[in-house]
Amino acid sequence: MIRTIPAWLQAAPLALVLGVFLLVPIATVVVVSFWDYDQTRLIPGFVLDNYADALGEGVTWKTYFSTLRFALITWAITLLLGFTVAYYLAFHVTSALWQMVLFQLCTIPFLTSNIIRMISWIPFLGRNGLLNQALQGMGLTDHPLDFLLFSDFSVILAFVHLYTLFMVVPIFNTMMRIDRSLIEAARDAGAGFRAVLTDVVIPLALPGMAIGSIFVVTLVMGDFITVRLMSGGQSASVGVMMMNAMSLLQYPAAAAHAVVLLAVVLLMVAAILRVVDIRKEL
Amino acid sequence: MPAEVGIELIAVSKRYGAVTAVDAIDLRIPAGAYCCLIGPSGCGKTSTLRMIAGHEEVSSGDILLDGRNITALPPAGRGTAMMFQNYALFPHLTCLDNVAFSLKMRGMGRAERHEQARAMLARVHLEELAERRPAQLSGGQQQRVALARALITNPRALLLDEPLSALDPFLRGRMREELKRLQRELGITFIHVTHSQDEALALADLVVVMEGGRILQADAPRAVFQQPRTEFVARFMGGHNILAGVGRGGEVRLDFGAIPLPAAPDGPLRIAIRTDRMRLDAALPYQLPGRISAVEYHGLHVRLGLEDADGNAHSLLLTEAEFFARPLALGDAVAAGFTADDVHLLAT
Repeated sequence: MIRTIPAWLQAAPLALVLGVFLLVPIATVVVVSFWDYDQTRLIPGFVLDNYADALGEGVTWKTYFSTLRFALITWAITLLLGFTVAYYLAFHVTSALWQMVLFQLCTIPFLTSNIIRMISWIPFLGRNGLLNQALQGMGLTDHPLDFLLFSDFSVILAFVHLYTLFMVVPIFNTMMRIDRSLIEAARDAGAGFRAVLTDVVIPLALPGMAIGSIFVVTLVMGDFITVRLMSGGQSASVGVMMMNAMSLLQYPAAAAHAVVLLAVVLLMVAAILRVVDIRKEL
Repeated sequence: MPAEVGIELIAVSKRYGAVTAVDAIDLRIPAGAYCCLIGPSGCGKTSTLRMIAGHEEVSSGDILLDGRNITALPPAGRGTAMMFQNYALFPHLTCLDNVAFSLKMRGMGRAERHEQARAMLARVHLEELAERRPAQLSGGQQQRVALARALITNPRALLLDEPLSALDPFLRGRMREELKRLQRELGITFIHVTHSQDEALALADLVVVMEGGRILQADAPRAVFQQPRTEFVARFMGGHNILAGVGRGGEVRLDFGAIPLPAAPDGPLRIAIRTDRMRLDAALPYQLPGRISAVEYHGLHVRLGLEDADGNAHSLLLTEAEFFARPLALGDAVAAGFTADDVHLLAT
């Protein structure tokens, strides 16, 4: 009988999974970040050099700034796009069947890998890519536009493409839970489209917007492959910096960056949670 | 002098594709009247209310409020206010901001609208809960906030969609009194959709019985109950037994006798007899024979189910003393007596 199993045993599987796959790796990273290293080996110990190196260099600060900039721009665009798409799906598509079909349509691109979806931009945006040829063919420009690929533009474009759905889903979820009679009550009180949006829909969709923001911000902050591929190696991000350290076998340096990044992202998440109460969405 | 007309519906219809929810209804509700729309689910009562409120487009016909055609106006431009079935209070706003919402929409400043909202909350005795969120209130309190929110615009008509159905029976009785009191004090027209006969009879000046998108009868509560026009109204309002008979030469012939009824047309017809007028008294002139099919003790009275020879179910209401003076058991053969005065002829 279930009742005879002690409580600690019932909690054990989850505790074990979290312990082995979350706590131990993080603890390892934290421990290694204090180790010393030379060209060939890791030297267990407790030194602060890694942090001093990481935080003392101007390039680190610049890289963090650039990563934050990517995160903020991507966040703003995906929030706007995600909110609009979710609003359309939740409030304008009235048939449940169409809602389902359109929602599935949004998720289909996710059946392929991130890398493939990113790389498919390259022939489209390149110097002799489809877009440049089309623009030149239409006579809108007489020389290929270079900013389209291997630039901040293409990095942000790829981020938006990859992560907008992470906004759409939670916002759509909260919107579907908004009682439709609230919208009618607002109209009854004289609210127009704009007032319904600002006074009813947005406040009630805030938890979904917060959850989506957490997804997007953490994904962008931790990314290295998108920045590397889409900027053609010209832009830096914290993830790229860690990759570089690791390819030089400087694991403690990479670990120190990882710990700092973790702290920064946790602070950002804490800031989001301070503004919006997401508990009732969980 | 006829009472001034508050709300008038002229051949109002609502069609959803091929389905007609409301079928060309005409209705005049006197200004300042308490009107209840009643009927089974899907009868069109809620669609009618929502059309008056402006939340449902009118397919054809006109709606007039105080002589002004409001058919095409937006909800807030009509002079009506709606109270929703589940109250539809904004969960993210305090009670005060909920009540002040429509004033905010009109662009009124914060201090002024809060002052007015506070006064309105005082009117429904909730001023001390102004800063609470709706989720922190009981059902009855939420209802009063919804009422205050609807009334703050000084509407000429308040539209209530099943306002009492979410409350427990005790609270329902109290809120019923409060609604009536408010309506008397404000002197505005209330239109109240309900599926409860008790509610309609207790509150309304005008009871409108609907079925299949049509109005079957619109009358004072006592008239609706005492002189139901059709079999449906009699059955729906309850408290009546329906008997089938044949009219001929000013009398109604039933299986067990002929009752003189000068108004009766020739041909098959139906009559209604109130359940409290049928007595287990062999001295009464007409006796409907049957068997006891149910005995329900209701406290103040006892309801007997009576099944006649054709298998039709009827009811008798006896006072408690009457029943226990001569208790009956299931299956007992009895006869329910009544007089010609108790017979009400139904339209066919």
